[in-house]
Amino acid sequence: MRYLPITDSERKEMLEKIGVKSVDDLFSPLPKSVLLKKELNIPSSMSEPELEKMMDELGKENCGANMLSFLGGGCYRHFCPALVDQMISRSEFYTSYTPYQPEVSQGTLQAIFEFQTMIANLFQMDVANASMYDGATAAAEAVLMAHKIQTKRRKVLIASTINPQYLETIRTYTSFVVDTIELLEMDPATGCVAESELAKIDSDTICVLFQYPNYFGMIENLKKISALTHEAGALLIPVVTEATALGVIATPGSIDADIAVGDGQALGIPMNFGGPGVGLFTCKEKHVRKMPGRLIGETVDRNGNRCFVLTLSAREQHIKREKATSNICSNQGLMATAASIYLATMGKQGLRDVALMNLKRADYLKKKIASETACRIAFNGCNYNEFTILAPMDACELLKAFGEKGILGGIAAKKYFPELDNAVIVNTTEVHTYGELDRFVDALKEIAGGAK
Amino acid sequence: MSNYSVPSNLRFSETHEWVEDLGNNKYRIGISDFAAQHVGDITYVELPEINEDVDNESVVCNIETVKSSEDINNQISGTVVTINEMLSENPEIVGADCYGDGWLYEVQSDSDEDFKALMSADEYDKFLDEQDDE
Repeated sequence: MRYLPITDSERKEMLEKIGVKSVDDLFSPLPKSVLLKKELNIPSSMSEPELEKMMDELGKENCGANMLSFLGGGCYRHFCPALVDQMISRSEFYTSYTPYQPEVSQGTLQAIFEFQTMIANLFQMDVANASMYDGATAAAEAVLMAHKIQTKRRKVLIASTINPQYLETIRTYTSFVVDTIELLEMDPATGCVAESELAKIDSDTICVLFQYPNYFGMIENLKKISALTHEAGALLIPVVTEATALGVIATPGSIDADIAVGDGQALGIPMNFGGPGVGLFTCKEKHVRKMPGRLIGETVDRNGNRCFVLTLSAREQHIKREKATSNICSNQGLMATAASIYLATMGKQGLRDVALMNLKRADYLKKKIASETACRIAFNGCNYNEFTILAPMDACELLKAFGEKGILGGIAAKKYFPELDNAVIVNTTEVHTYGELDRFVDALKEIAGGAK
Repeated sequence: MSNYSVPSNLRFSETHEWVEDLGNNKYRIGISDFAAQHVGDITYVELPEINEDVDNESVVCNIETVKSSEDINNQISGTVVTINEMLSENPEIVGADCYGDGWLYEVQSDSDEDFKALMSADEYDKFLDEQDDE
């Protein structure tokens, strides 16, 4: 939108036209008692150079941007090829969003169709939609969809090891709809859902929702959860918050997921202080009519030319109203395009290469921490680019000390898991050099002590 | 006489569903000519499941077009015994032959009460006459 400021002479002309002496006179119908009798206590305007300088100074307070970061927990620092920004900055991509008129939206419809195709391939699922807002709401919508499919069942099972903010979002979205949500508790040895907890899956279970790699970085027992879920006739809903993991780990399709969701932020989208991300939503074809969100379909026009449209619109709330699975009538068009550009740039092999780099760094870091510092690796089992360490001190104090060394050491698990007060979740990706990993270990040695 | 086809052997609901008595308290259900003409091009029909218990107040079937989603009101309490499998590939039959091949599903009831409570063909025809001004 353009900004059209008014000059004093234009203001005078407008006032004269309507026969009013001053702008203040326009407020004369208001009772004098409610009028503010003094100037607002805000600074006067600045010149552009002054404003720039002020914003610069404020910007410097964002120390995180210049620190060495090992933060993960749902938002990951990967390398974003310049090509992504270059392409999405094109005005055709940057501004186009709502494709309700297919005649003039073929470009964006095709771009999002390709996004859907790539995500369906990445997840090895039948159908992917045009994207959701983020992984958390995608997970919530997946539960709502499952609830709509399994009309005779009442219980939703969710792994307690999923991202806690995703859990909060799911609870918010389902609070008036789902009868019961039960958590599958964690095994303190593995950092994954305890096997004994899987006995909770029964004939009243709507779905089993879990995340892999989970909040602690661990990969859940995919085969077992899948088998027990399907035996009970429940729907399997895996959540993938770190999409690059699918470069090396079993896909949701390979474990017979019914609905699979996640966030595509790791696919060429910067951390951006936590957002925007892009919600990924896929499902089996037999459930597609209950799937929320926009869906782009491929068809032919009356001349037989290939073209794209929004399809299966009767699912959506502007037609099904309160019977629709969801009221979403939007998508993250720009971020979905960015993710597609990243995937097209990297290709299958490139994505696999990136994932292997992540695995190797995590492995290196884990081994060094275990052998050279007083910290222990919290859980036995497989992880991807994230893992949890246990320090001989309070996690927040550890992280504060890291901060003084210019390092964002990770996430204190105790915020959502108070019993794990010395646990820190550490993430490493291909952007870290081995020198930076060594720097982390050296700092950890200084703060927490060396190996005994 | 309304302008719509109203076969005399069927009974009808105010929401334009027809019911055919197949004998032994088994009934076949579909939508009337009036409904078929008003609903437009049908793209999908969501049918109930076989062995599903249904009652005469519930919505167990839904007809979709590109732009709309119409709930079909079940008229006979009982158990669904058959569904029209043809509709999964050819939903448009419901519009083209609503009293014949476009039937929706069949219910096994334990009485004829629900059937008797419906309008006769004549009553429905009169009902449509009054509707048509809308």
